[in-house]
Amino acid sequence: MRTVTLPVAYMPLVDAAPLIVAREMGFDHAEGISLDLRPAPSWSSLRDMLAFGHVDAAHLLSPVPVAMALGLGGIATPLSAVSVLSLNGNVIGVGTQLAERLIDQGYGFDFTDAAAAGAALAKAADEVLVFGVPFPFSMHVELLRYWIAGTKLASKQVEIRTVPPPLMAQALAGGEIDAFCVGEPWGSFAVDDSVGALLLPGKAIWTCAPEKVLAVRNDWAETEPHLLGSLMRTVWRAGRWLSNTDSRTTASEMLSRKTYLNVSPELIDRALMGEFAISARGEQRSVEGFVEFFDGAATFPWRSQAKWVAHQLALRNGLDVGTAERQAAKVFRSDLYRRELQGLGVETPGASEKLEGALSESTAVASANGSLILSRNVFFDRRIFEPAG
Amino acid sequence: MNQHLTVVVVEQNQERAFAIVDALKEAGDVDVSVIGNVSGLARKIATHSPDIVLIDIDNPSRDMLEELTVASGPLERPVAMFVSGAAGGLAKAAVEAGVSAYVVDGLQAERIKPVIDTAIARFQVLRQMRTELAETRRALEERKVIDRAKGLLMKAKGISEDEAYALLRNTAMNQNRRVAEVAEALVTASGLLS
Repeated sequence: MRTVTLPVAYMPLVDAAPLIVAREMGFDHAEGISLDLRPAPSWSSLRDMLAFGHVDAAHLLSPVPVAMALGLGGIATPLSAVSVLSLNGNVIGVGTQLAERLIDQGYGFDFTDAAAAGAALAKAADEVLVFGVPFPFSMHVELLRYWIAGTKLASKQVEIRTVPPPLMAQALAGGEIDAFCVGEPWGSFAVDDSVGALLLPGKAIWTCAPEKVLAVRNDWAETEPHLLGSLMRTVWRAGRWLSNTDSRTTASEMLSRKTYLNVSPELIDRALMGEFAISARGEQRSVEGFVEFFDGAATFPWRSQAKWVAHQLALRNGLDVGTAERQAAKVFRSDLYRRELQGLGVETPGASEKLEGALSESTAVASANGSLILSRNVFFDRRIFEPAG
Repeated sequence: MNQHLTVVVVEQNQERAFAIVDALKEAGDVDVSVIGNVSGLARKIATHSPDIVLIDIDNPSRDMLEELTVASGPLERPVAMFVSGAAGGLAKAAVEAGVSAYVVDGLQAERIKPVIDTAIARFQVLRQMRTELAETRRALEERKVIDRAKGLLMKAKGISEDEAYALLRNTAMNQNRRVAEVAEALVTASGLLS
């Protein structure tokens, strides 16, 4: 069968797995396309590669297309998030100095209770606390700010600075930052480098945070609907394959290769298995479903997810919240998801919005075949997000 | 009106930085500074208060500059990524040439254009050189691996060098892979077996 080559940009991170697996397992060829995966050196260059047409699709931080729709951050090419690539997958870590102070004050590093972690960190930290994050528009920033605002950390002077993930450990060692929020494997990398300890998985702040999306340009989505459909089905199949725990060792090995992440498979295993070494002393913590690629309709691009991000961005940047939410809702394309995946018999929810933070247990919801179960969806402070727009 | 433009070039390699600075100075009335060390990049740039920042697109530290495009960022003046739509394909051309430009909002496109055009031309030349260098290096690396694989085959099968190479090439053709890939697999496998 003849295949069409599709250039797709990604950042070398564990959550690029659906794209890497799609290529390595040949899910792309089965759909008549051939993914030409191009690693990007930075999020801004990845965004520009997509915006200026060097690639047709990209593995993108979910707040980036939302911010662009709100006119924040320079470039304004309209993008669509056609599918969520992953939920969660970030870790919050602190430098060794702060880690020691936390131990001295008797903090147990439970890795689950975000409120307690915030209180302990507020007690251990100096007046100014500097966090490193990979990009100004990212779930890292949103989770951090939400966490800081809802805990005792709100009383501190907190700065958030951009540091590229591979340089995070170095910035921590050099004292440029005191703590970080970063995608795996870079948190574990800092632990193995003996420059930091892990405090929380991002999941402890919001159990269902949309982390990365599959993004395309709107004009491309309109002119190439067949390619778009092939791409979305390819990635969906890769996510389903990844959801099988038997696949994960193979996935770690694929991701670890020089062409992709170029780190040891053992480092990648931690995120995929949810088994972490949280400090250089080798203490272990488990996180079930640390990063989710499939289960619980993880890949469905809920318009309410885009609204949540827009809500936070609007408040910080002085935009009208209702307008921002309405603009953002158009970016997460639940319509395209339904159109392109229904042929596979994929269960899609009946609604395109949900109350974010309102599911304290996994729950069955209305769907095409009536057998869709959504995962637990709560914020650490138990608040429920009600859209304004 | 003051036609003078302040430009900051972020480039760790000194020779490359000088090549860009020289080109920019020829392009017009510009005051160019170079930042080599990227730690605390956004703050350093804020102290220069430039009209334009130029950085290599492959530089991972580029993300640090995105903070400047956020209104609440450390630089008081608003900064735009590239020139607004008025300058047409300039942004696209810059990305293709491997340069990213951050321009203060409100600067007229016609003032910036010659500076960015020059930067684009210079970056293109440097990029070309770098690609060629990388390819030469890769070719050398690959030849080393192929030589080792040939050696392994000659020893294991008692065949000549030409026969060993032919075997590698035929295997690569049959498997639809590159000779270097097959050679690397062989070297890795023999490492495991020894």
